[in-house]
Amino acid sequence: MRIGVPKETREGEKRVATTPEVASQLIKKLGFEVSVESGAGEAANFSDAAYVEAGATVVKEAKALWKESDIILKVRPPEFNAALKCEEVDLLHENQILITFLWPAQNPDLLKKLAEKKVTALAMDSVPRISRAQKLDALSSMANIAGYRAVVEAAQHFGRFFTGQITAAGKIPPAKVMVIGAGVAGLSAIGAAISMGAIVRAFDTRPEVKEQVESMDAEFLELDFEEEGSGTGGYAKVMSKEFIEAEMALFAEQAKEVDIIITTALIPGKPAPELILADMVKSMKNGSVIVDLAAEQGGNCKLTQPGKVVNVHGVTIIGYTDLPSRLATQSSQLYATNLRHLLTDMCKEKDGNVTVDMLDEVVRGATVTKDGEITWPPPVPKLSAAPAKPAEEAKPPEPAAKEEEKPSWLGPALTFGIGGLALLGVGAVAPASFMAHFTVFVLACFVGYMVIWNVTPALHTPLMSVTNAISSIIIIGALLQISSGEKLIMGLAGCAVLITAINIVGGFAVTRRMLEMFRK
Amino acid sequence: MNPGIVTASYIGATILFILALGGLSNQESARRGNIYGIIGMILALLATIAGVTANVGILIGGLVVGGTIGLVLAKRVQMTEMPELVAILHSLVGMAAVLVGFANFMDPNAHFEGAELTIHDIETYLGILIGAITFSGSVIAFGKLSGKITGNPMLLPGRHWLNLGLLIATIYICKMFVDQSAAGQGGGLMPLLIMTGIALLFGIHMVMAIGGADMPVVVSMLNSYSGWAASATGFMLNNDLLIVTGALVGSSGAILSYIMCRAMNRKFLAVIAGGFGTTSGASSAAEGEQGEVVALEPHEVAELLKEAKEVMIIPGYGMAVAQAQHIVHEITKRLRDKKVNVRFGIHPVAGRMPGHMNVLLAEARVPYDIVYEMDEINDDFPEVDVSVVIGANDIVNPSAQTDPYSPIAGMPVLECWKGKTTVVLKRSMATGYAGVQNPLFFKENTRMLFGDAAKSLEAVFKDL
Repeated sequence: MRIGVPKETREGEKRVATTPEVASQLIKKLGFEVSVESGAGEAANFSDAAYVEAGATVVKEAKALWKESDIILKVRPPEFNAALKCEEVDLLHENQILITFLWPAQNPDLLKKLAEKKVTALAMDSVPRISRAQKLDALSSMANIAGYRAVVEAAQHFGRFFTGQITAAGKIPPAKVMVIGAGVAGLSAIGAAISMGAIVRAFDTRPEVKEQVESMDAEFLELDFEEEGSGTGGYAKVMSKEFIEAEMALFAEQAKEVDIIITTALIPGKPAPELILADMVKSMKNGSVIVDLAAEQGGNCKLTQPGKVVNVHGVTIIGYTDLPSRLATQSSQLYATNLRHLLTDMCKEKDGNVTVDMLDEVVRGATVTKDGEITWPPPVPKLSAAPAKPAEEAKPPEPAAKEEEKPSWLGPALTFGIGGLALLGVGAVAPASFMAHFTVFVLACFVGYMVIWNVTPALHTPLMSVTNAISSIIIIGALLQISSGEKLIMGLAGCAVLITAINIVGGFAVTRRMLEMFRK
Repeated sequence: MNPGIVTASYIGATILFILALGGLSNQESARRGNIYGIIGMILALLATIAGVTANVGILIGGLVVGGTIGLVLAKRVQMTEMPELVAILHSLVGMAAVLVGFANFMDPNAHFEGAELTIHDIETYLGILIGAITFSGSVIAFGKLSGKITGNPMLLPGRHWLNLGLLIATIYICKMFVDQSAAGQGGGLMPLLIMTGIALLFGIHMVMAIGGADMPVVVSMLNSYSGWAASATGFMLNNDLLIVTGALVGSSGAILSYIMCRAMNRKFLAVIAGGFGTTSGASSAAEGEQGEVVALEPHEVAELLKEAKEVMIIPGYGMAVAQAQHIVHEITKRLRDKKVNVRFGIHPVAGRMPGHMNVLLAEARVPYDIVYEMDEINDDFPEVDVSVVIGANDIVNPSAQTDPYSPIAGMPVLECWKGKTTVVLKRSMATGYAGVQNPLFFKENTRMLFGDAAKSLEAVFKDL
């Protein structure tokens, strides 16, 4: 099958849906043919020549490319193509497969048109978030880049170092960065800011991300408030009014202190929550920077203007909506690899033919139109079990604790009681001579217990061979009897001497040999 | 000889034995400990031999012949065969306990009355019983470890009832024996012989039901039994040295069994009662989600290792089978010369007996201060760049933590998947002993290197 990669036409969009490297893998490993529109990769620094070298054909005529390809790979959803003066949807034909970001929730009309044209459309943004699909999770790839770029943009507009220094010319305090929302983008921003030397704090409504934040050496800001913020599929959900109030108070307090705020708070299918209010911006120091990664969904900051950089109350507010595109080479690489993984999944025979297998959970989730029908939204995928647990676990402790309490004193008491009774029982019937030996025996067991726990696990094998050697002390029993006049007893004893001698010498010798080997 | 001097020598020997075991608390003092053990044994032997009045020829002959055999065995044995050797030596202790028990029973010089006679008879009976179980159990364990008998658990139908039946039979026969013995001189030999037969059968049946990877528990359990057998013999002979030494060895083996069971998160009784076979079937179907396996070539593994700063090597039984410990050491040396921090992570039940891996690594001259126990290094995995798993499976299985229905659920495992990359050396995609699929192989950061561990590692070494 032929894969076509047209040039992105949206103004400012620099990404491209495949790179020469990925194209060569699609051709060599999966057996596809790849056509790339001339100049498609230029903005991301991939030349036509590089594509040709990778084995792809470069097509000058865009319309021909759309027409001849069986699979179209794109970044942006189909839109009005200024160069061709037509809608890209109209260029598609029946049974063509379109794989791109589609945002089906926001673009119902587009979906309808695609269905009418009987195009099979797969939305990269609808890939289910299950572990198997991680390698084709383009949203995460892009979020990662956006988070990194957000820090770079912030540094660009921030008038100071990120890192603290003590120089001959005076002390430079490190920049303080607050990241709101520790999803993929947030964590990426935390990592980038930390590596530049800033002090980073992060907030998230989902308590389970605390560990991840702290693993990156950032501080996790916590509210003194009990509420679980984990929604389905690892995303956040809308929180209660009280929680939001507590949260806002925290942000207001932090705003006075930090130099840079990076907000990444998004709730799927809802406008971005407004977290940074106008008076908080006002309270920030002059020269501070806010980067609003949620600008496209309305912004986490009230004063954000999507797509623009504005300066309000001396604070620079960056509302770029195209951060991944601003690192076009990197994001094209990751996106192209995500697409390749999807195609690998769909092309099981590696013969250059894809099947849209609706039983495959990942493909089913991504497919939004097929055979003239709109297949979005997909049935709810199985969720990751992790976030649901704490709530369930929270209940049982009370009764469990009561039950546990009883055995805590009953157990030892019972053991000692039975042990004591057993001892008394033995003492009542056994003669004194036996009790003397019994005392020795019990004491020896305790000595053994104490001594053996001190043995380092590395020496357990030598321990076994040496205990084996000394347990051959049973030879003494044989020695005591070997003097007997009776032939049978003598024979038995002699035999026992022979085999225990093997054991004594063998055991000690092999222990010695092993211990000799342990060296520093 | 004066009985006082004999007793004094026995006390000396006891102390020396305790010191010998205490010496094993670390590698430096261990060699000295072994020497204490030897001195203690010589002391006890001399003191006892001094009391021998006849048949010295047989005694010396037995000691010399036996000693020579033992020495040759100890020199010739391969380190990978240690579990077999230990098992067969255990069987000898068991055998000796049986022989001494019978000899003592037939000794016409012993005179006991009333309760003392009963107790003495029970002691004899117990000594022979434990000895016989130790003997036949160890022989089967030896067969399983050396591959002469299949390592699969042999599960007879109704085996728990069978065991219970044997137990009741031994108790009943014990009563018969005591009664007949009390009745007069020479009585009770028959019940004793029957019981020995039953005990031998019981030992065979018990170990046959236990699978290959549970062998560490079995070997340490038999170790414990050989101690209890010695102890019972000591009671029979009224000899404190035997009692003490037996108790020391018995508790040592018991603790080792306990440690091994804890390392597998299994109850001692569950291990003894039989293999994993009964629990696994249902749950394996539940874990449907598998992913792709990414296989690497040896030179790619070499690249990975070269770029790493922290390397963790996790050996398993597969390393022993492939005799790969020497090449592992060569790789370790090469990497350490390149300032790569190479460490070893040892799971308590890796291999077929407690401490098996440590001995193999020591044989290959891997310095013991870079060999760590699971508990010491399990928290370090997030900083590890490359973990190399050599022929291990269940001990690195994440489903022990994630899947509550897995047969190995709750077993402590080495968390190598928390590191950056894990390379697993394996012959094929076959499951481990527990028969559980290992999700580790399908993790994003796991790479597989298929083939014989020694050959693969040699290829890796060439490219380093």
